[in-house]
Amino acid sequence: MSFVFYILAALTVAGGLAAMLLKNTVHCALALTVAFAGLALLFLNLDAQFAGFAQILVYIGAVAILVVFAILLTRGSETPRDGVFSRTWLAGLLIAAGVFAVLGWAVIGSVRVLPHETAVPTVTVLQIGNALVSRYVLPLEIVAVLLTAAMIGAVIVAMHEKEGQK
Amino acid sequence: MISGMDQVFVLLRLWLVSFLPAAWQPVIGALLSVVAIVCLFPALFALTTVFERKGLARIQNRLGPNRVGPFGLLQPIADGIKSLTKEDIVPLSADAAVHFLAPVLLVVAVFMGFAVLPMGRNMILVDMDAGLLFYFAMSASTELAVFMAGWSSRNKYSLLGAMRAVAQMISYEVPLLLSSVVVVMMTGSLSLTKIVAAQSGFTRGLPHWFIFTPWGFAGFVMYAIATTAETNRSPFDLPEGESELVAGYHTEYSGFKFALFFLGEYLAMFSISGLGATLFLGGWSAPFSFLTWIPSWIWFFSKLMLSIFVFIWMRGTLPRLRQDQLMNFAWKFVLPLCLLNLMVAGLWRFMGDGWLRWVICSVILIGAYTALGWGEMRRGKIGPRSYRYAE
Repeated sequence: MSFVFYILAALTVAGGLAAMLLKNTVHCALALTVAFAGLALLFLNLDAQFAGFAQILVYIGAVAILVVFAILLTRGSETPRDGVFSRTWLAGLLIAAGVFAVLGWAVIGSVRVLPHETAVPTVTVLQIGNALVSRYVLPLEIVAVLLTAAMIGAVIVAMHEKEGQK
Repeated sequence: MISGMDQVFVLLRLWLVSFLPAAWQPVIGALLSVVAIVCLFPALFALTTVFERKGLARIQNRLGPNRVGPFGLLQPIADGIKSLTKEDIVPLSADAAVHFLAPVLLVVAVFMGFAVLPMGRNMILVDMDAGLLFYFAMSASTELAVFMAGWSSRNKYSLLGAMRAVAQMISYEVPLLLSSVVVVMMTGSLSLTKIVAAQSGFTRGLPHWFIFTPWGFAGFVMYAIATTAETNRSPFDLPEGESELVAGYHTEYSGFKFALFFLGEYLAMFSISGLGATLFLGGWSAPFSFLTWIPSWIWFFSKLMLSIFVFIWMRGTLPRLRQDQLMNFAWKFVLPLCLLNLMVAGLWRFMGDGWLRWVICSVILIGAYTALGWGEMRRGKIGPRSYRYAE
């Protein structure tokens, strides 16, 4: 692992930690953006241009904005006096630890399954595009349907209030 | 000859770099290009401010700046000194760190966009395989800077302006991306140099620019609308509407930080105009085959300044839209036409050569344009309006 990797990893982890530990909710959202940017730079460090730029475009350009919008439209950005810990923190902790364990197990397992490549594969955007609309067209369509369903659901949730007013 | 003047900047860089040891050459060469970009575009910005004030004054039948230097041409220097020497006020209740970071982030993100623009033959800083994607990724990051500026100021006008700006930029980013995707579909590449190369060549003295095809023309119109909204220019300048919001998200900025916002806004205008020229107007290529002897960079910057002129002209001519009109226009008119244009581009691609595809594609686009416009006009309710989230 190179020196650059450690800098980027430290940046990403620091962003993630700050998103958890800061008091002001908007600060947390901005810290989360730093973590997103760190991830994008890690992708670029691995020479994955498409993944890196898509990460910036989608996560910093759209998801981060959506998060701050949601925070500002729902309630104030100040932390409530009585703390933010919910009563089910133990269950949350268990679920988080479980998810982390599964992911970690998968990552460690992948080292054995995949051959250790010495040469760096050169993947162009053209190849990614061809793969998406030929071999992986079914997953792509399923994701599209899922997103459409989510969007229609969001519209219905938002419209409900208007019907009640009339 | 053609190549001498055309490649003058490329040769100049090579000549300057040749004095250095071989190991340093790539780094210093890139650094020189960066310095050129960082110096050139702010200088262009200074010129544009005079140009804009003079132009607007002409439209409004007054004189404009005429005190500093001949015809007021030295006005930007006076403005620069003023903004550098003014007191930098940070409101007491403002979030100091975020308040400081916002203008910096904005200007940095905007400058990054210039890295992938081909400004002439062989004149590009980084020729990336995914250049267009990089450009859009960088321009999307400016939204966050605008939000940070508005939120950290702790001022209701700033926050309202920032919310308006972000909502507007998110809404118009969709048509912006979709109108550019057409070009990518036709070229088969995200690299901006390949997009320019695809538009080179002439038929009977006329260029192969994408704007001279039905889908390219429709795409260019959509792109122009989306960029005007994306750069918060009039008639889409609601985020800074002086009569409603003081100055929008940069109300609480003074001195040099305010100048940075001003700079960022104009630089975004330059870079997005340059991208428009690259995507639809053939980049640095000449408009007629007998004009190819003029250096490529002159063509690029002429196209760029022409779009700046149109921006200023529109600002002097059109009244500001209302928030609901702005959103309706984006989602009900521009977006459907962009989606239709994607299909028309596909049709064009697979119909082969001949006059038939010209007729069919043009009829579909003009028909959809007319039908959508008529439908919207007929349904247009004129009367008291209500805002759901502001009651």
